[in-house]
Amino acid sequence: MDILVTQVFNGLSGGSILLLAALGLALTFGQMGVINMAHGEFMMAGAYTAYVCQQLLGSAGVSLLVSLPIAFLIGGLLGVVLEATLLRRMYHRPLDTLLVTWGVSLILQQLARDLFGTAGVDVAAPAWLSGPVEILGFAFPRSRLFILVLAIVAVVAVTLVLKLTPLGRRIRATVQNRQLAESAGISTRRTDMLTFFIGSGLAGIAGVALTLMGSISSNLGTSYIVDAFLVVIIGGIGQIKGAVIAAFVLGVAQSWIEYSTSASIAKVIVFALVVAFLQFRPQGIFQVRTRSLV
Amino acid sequence: MIPTRARRSLLTAALLSVGLVLTACGSRVDDAGGGAAAESCVDTSGDSVKIGFLNSRSGTMAISENTVFDSLQMAADQINATGGVLGKQLTVVAEDGASEPTVFAEKATKLIQSDCVAAVFGGWTSSSRKAMLPVFESNDALLFYPVQYEGLESSKNIFYTGATTNQQIVPALDYLKEQGVTSLFLVGSDYVFPQTANKIIKAYAAANGIEIKGEEYAPLGHTDFSTIVAKVRDAGAGAVFNTLNGDSNVAFFKEYKNLGLTPATMPVLSVSIAEEEVGGIGVDNIVGQPVAWNYYQTIDSPENKKFVEEFKTTYGATKVTSDPMEAAYTSLYLWKGMVEKANSFAVPDIQAAAGGVTFDAPEGKVTVNGDNHHIAKTALIGKIGPDGLIYTDWSSGAPIEPDPYLKTYPWAGSLSG
Amino acid sequence: MTSIFRSRYAVGIGFLVAAVLLFAVAPAVLTTFRLGLLGKYLCYAMVAVGIGLAWGRGGMLTLGQGVFFGIGAYLMAMHLKLADAGPGAVPDFMALISSEGVPWWWEPFRSGTVTIIAILVLPTLLAVLLGQATFRRKVRGAYFAILSQALAAAFAILLIGNPVATGGSTGLNNFKGFFGFSLRDPANRQMLYFIAAAALLVMVLVARQLMVSRFGELLVACRDGEERVRFLGYDPATVKTVAFAVAAMMAGVGGALFVPIVGIISPNDVGVVPSIGLLIGVAIGGRTTLAGPVLGAIAVAWAETSLSEQFPSGWTYVQGLMFMLVVAFLPGGLASLVKWRRTAKADPPPPPAAEKDLTPEPAGGAQA
Repeated sequence: MDILVTQVFNGLSGGSILLLAALGLALTFGQMGVINMAHGEFMMAGAYTAYVCQQLLGSAGVSLLVSLPIAFLIGGLLGVVLEATLLRRMYHRPLDTLLVTWGVSLILQQLARDLFGTAGVDVAAPAWLSGPVEILGFAFPRSRLFILVLAIVAVVAVTLVLKLTPLGRRIRATVQNRQLAESAGISTRRTDMLTFFIGSGLAGIAGVALTLMGSISSNLGTSYIVDAFLVVIIGGIGQIKGAVIAAFVLGVAQSWIEYSTSASIAKVIVFALVVAFLQFRPQGIFQVRTRSLV
Repeated sequence: MIPTRARRSLLTAALLSVGLVLTACGSRVDDAGGGAAAESCVDTSGDSVKIGFLNSRSGTMAISENTVFDSLQMAADQINATGGVLGKQLTVVAEDGASEPTVFAEKATKLIQSDCVAAVFGGWTSSSRKAMLPVFESNDALLFYPVQYEGLESSKNIFYTGATTNQQIVPALDYLKEQGVTSLFLVGSDYVFPQTANKIIKAYAAANGIEIKGEEYAPLGHTDFSTIVAKVRDAGAGAVFNTLNGDSNVAFFKEYKNLGLTPATMPVLSVSIAEEEVGGIGVDNIVGQPVAWNYYQTIDSPENKKFVEEFKTTYGATKVTSDPMEAAYTSLYLWKGMVEKANSFAVPDIQAAAGGVTFDAPEGKVTVNGDNHHIAKTALIGKIGPDGLIYTDWSSGAPIEPDPYLKTYPWAGSLSG
Repeated sequence: MTSIFRSRYAVGIGFLVAAVLLFAVAPAVLTTFRLGLLGKYLCYAMVAVGIGLAWGRGGMLTLGQGVFFGIGAYLMAMHLKLADAGPGAVPDFMALISSEGVPWWWEPFRSGTVTIIAILVLPTLLAVLLGQATFRRKVRGAYFAILSQALAAAFAILLIGNPVATGGSTGLNNFKGFFGFSLRDPANRQMLYFIAAAALLVMVLVARQLMVSRFGELLVACRDGEERVRFLGYDPATVKTVAFAVAAMMAGVGGALFVPIVGIISPNDVGVVPSIGLLIGVAIGGRTTLAGPVLGAIAVAWAETSLSEQFPSGWTYVQGLMFMLVVAFLPGGLASLVKWRRTAKADPPPPPAAEKDLTPEPAGGAQA
C-alpha cells in the first residue's frame, strides 16, 4: 500500500514535470509543425532566470514567485526572436527546423556556460516548499506537489485560452486548416508568433519549476527534450488533452518500471513501449480529423 | 540498369583496394619485436621542455576539469618562476578532452606523437583514464592522473596521484563502522567507478557484519530521483554510501531533503562531492553530510595556506580548492622531483627514479610508491559546514600505503581476480 | 537527374582525383598520426554517404545513424577484444568487473568471418525491421526523426547500463591486433587507412549507381510526393526501407573500421549528439548530391579537430552557427553554389515545396 501510493505519486509527479516541458512543444509543434530542439534551452533560460532573481532579490520565497512571470516573458521573447529571425522563412521545410533549432540550442548552451560558468548554480527552495508534508499518513514532498499544481494550472490556463479567447479560436482554426483560416481573414503570421510566444513562455515556467528538482546548469534542457517530444508524439498533434494523458502515462510507467527494475532499464523499456504504441496508433492518442489523404 | 562502364570501375576499385591491402601488410601480432613502440621524440636540447595538459574544457565534465587545469597551470607557473626543472622552463601544451573518452585517446596521441611532450597531466573520469591507458603504454609515455578512482589498476606509464580505494573507500567504511552504522544503502551512477566501489563495499560489509539494504544505479545525468530516494527511505538503512557523479548529486540531495531525510537520521557519505560541487547542490541541501577525501581547503598547514592563498590571488577570491585540484598540483611537483632525482627527462629513467620521491603537499607529505606508481596519502573524513567548506572530522592519522588491488586486506581476496 | 550525373566524365575524373588524393598524396604528406585522423574522417564520411541517400534523396531525416554506426563498431570491437584474449579466454576489461566469463552472445564473434557477416547484416536487418515498422504505418517526417533520435538515446543508455558486456561508459578499447596484424605497427595502421579509403570509394560508387537507377528516381519521387508514388502502383514503404537499410549498412561498415583506426569505441560516439553531429557535414556539403556529403563530413570533422585544438569552447559556437545558417539559408549546401554557376541547364536546387508532403499530417502541410 505504502509503495503503491508513493509510486503512483512519484509517477504523477514525474508526469507533471514532463507535462510542463511538453506543453509548450505541443502548441508549437502542433500548430506549426516546427520541431523546436531549443525548447529545452528555453527551459534552461527559465531556470537561470530563477537563479538571477534569487541573486537580486535575496529572499527565496518571493523570488520564486516573481521569477515565474519573468521566466515566462524571457522564454517567450526568446521564442519570438527565434521565430521571427529563422523559423519564419522555414514553415515549408518543417524537418529542417529541427536542425536549425538544434544549432540554436548548441549556441544557447555554450552561451550559458560562458555567462554563468560551467559549474551548476543553486536556487534555494523557499521554506514553504522544502521538506515533506503529511497527508493521510503519507509524506509528500512539498516541491513536487507545487509542480503538480503548477502543471495543472498551466494546462487549465492554456485550455481556457484556446477555448474562450479570440486568440484561441484563431489558433484552433489555424491548426485545423491553415488556408481556410487565412481566407477567413485570420492573420496566421501573427497567430504563429503569439503561439510561439506562449509555447516558449511555458518552457520558461517549466525551467523555474525544475530548479526545485535538480541541478541548474547548461545541460538542463538536454535531459528533457527527447522525453518531451515523445510525449507530444504519443499525445497526438494539436491536442492538449493528448499531451496530458501521454505525460502522466509515461511518468507512471517510468516510475513503476524503475521501481521493479532499474532506472536505465526503465528508460529503454519505455522507449520500446512507445514504438509499439505507434504501431497501433501512428497518429498518437488523439488526432485532428481532416480531409487529408493520409 | 547499372551501366557496364560503372560496373567496370567498381571492379577496378575493388581489385585496386585488395592489391593495396595485400602489399601494405605489416607485422603480425605475434611477431617478436614487430611493432615496437615508436621512438620518443621529446626534445630536451633547448632551454625549455614541453609538457601536456589534457583536461575537458568543454562538455559535461568541464565543470570539474577546468579547476584541475587552473591548478596545473598555477603549478607550472610557480615552477617556471623558481627556475624550472633541471634548469629548463616548462612550455605547456593544453588540449581539450571534451568529456569524451575517444577525444581523450586522440588528444593523448597528438600530445605524445605530434607535440612530443615529456609528460601529460590530466584526465578525470575513469573512462578517460582507461581510454588513454593503451595510448600511453604503446607509446611508452607518462600520464599523471589526479583523481581518486576505483583501483584494481596499475600501469608503469601512469602515476596515480589521487586516492585509490584503500585510501578513500576503505577508510570511509572504517569511519562508518566506528560511528556504529550496521546497515548501508548503496546509490551510484551507472558506470565503472560506482560499480567497482560497491563491489568492494559489499566485500567489506560481508566481512564486518554490515548489512547491505539495497543497491541502486542511476544513468549518468539522471535527474529524477523520486523512486530511488523513496527506496532509500523505505529501506531504513543506517547510512547511505553515495557514488553518484556530477549533476545527479544535485537532484539526489534535493529529493533527499524534500522527503525529510537528514544527516542526523540517515547520513549520506559521498566520495565524489568536493568543495566546488557544494555550491551547485546548495549548501542547505547537503550541510552536515560526510564526505571522504584526502584534502580539504580548511586543512591547517603552512603548505596549504600558501596553496589556497595563491590560488585565490590568481583566479579570484571566491574560488575554492578541492582534492583533485590539489592532487593535480602535487602531481606536477612530483614529476619535477622524479626528473631531478633521475637527472633526466627520459621515461625509463623517471620510472626507475620514481620510488620514494616525496613532496610536502598541501594535504601533507606524500611519497611515491615505486612498485604501483600510486602515492601514500592520509585519508580524511570531512563534514560539510554551513559555509560550504568541508571540515575534517576524522583522520587516518598517518599516510596510508597505496594498495590498488587490496592485497593486504583478507576480506578482499575475491575481488582482484 | 542532374547534369552532374549525366556527365560520366565528370564523375570518372572526380573519382580518379579522389583516388589519387587518398591513396598517393595523403600517405605521402601526412604523418602517421594525421593519417590516422584522416582515416577517422573517412569513417564518418561513409556514414555521410548513407545519410545523403536516406535524407537527401529519400527525405528520411534520420537522427539515429549513430545506432548503426555503433552496432558495427561494437561488433568489431567485441571480435578484436576476443581475438586479443585468445581462444576461450575472457577479455581483460570483463575479467576486471565480473567473474562470470564471456556472455553467450559474445561467443559467436570469436570468429572473424561471423563478425564480418554480422557487421554487414545486423545493422541492415535492424534498419529493415525499423523501416517496415515505421514506414508501413506511415510514420514519417518529424515522427520518424524523433523516433530515430529516441532510439539513439535508448541505445546509448543500454550500452552504458551493461558495463560487463559493453564496457559501460568507457566503451571498448586497448586493441592489440586486427585479424592477426599488430595495431602498433605503423605499416598496419596505414593498411587500415587504405581499407577505409577503398571502402569509402566503393560506397560512393554504390550510392551513385543507386541514385541514377530507377530506384533512385523512385526514392526521390517518394520524398517529393509519396502519395503519388503509391497511386502509380509502387510501394513507397519498400523503397524507403531499402534506402534506409543501405544507409544503415554503410554506417555499420564505417563504425567497424572506426574501431581499429581510432582504437576505442564508447557510448559517447554513438548517442544522440554524435548522431546529429553526423548530419551537419551532409547539410553543408549538399544533402542531395553525391560528393557533397562526403566532402562535407570530412571538412567538418577536420575543422572540429583543428578548431578545438585552438579554442576549446569555440567549436560549439561554430557548429551551432553552421547548423543555423546553412540549413536556414542554404538548404542545398555548398553544392548548390557550385550548381548555380553551372548555369540554368542544371536542375534547380530542390524546390522548397518539395518537403511539404513530409509534414507530420494533419498539422500544416497535409491540407495543402
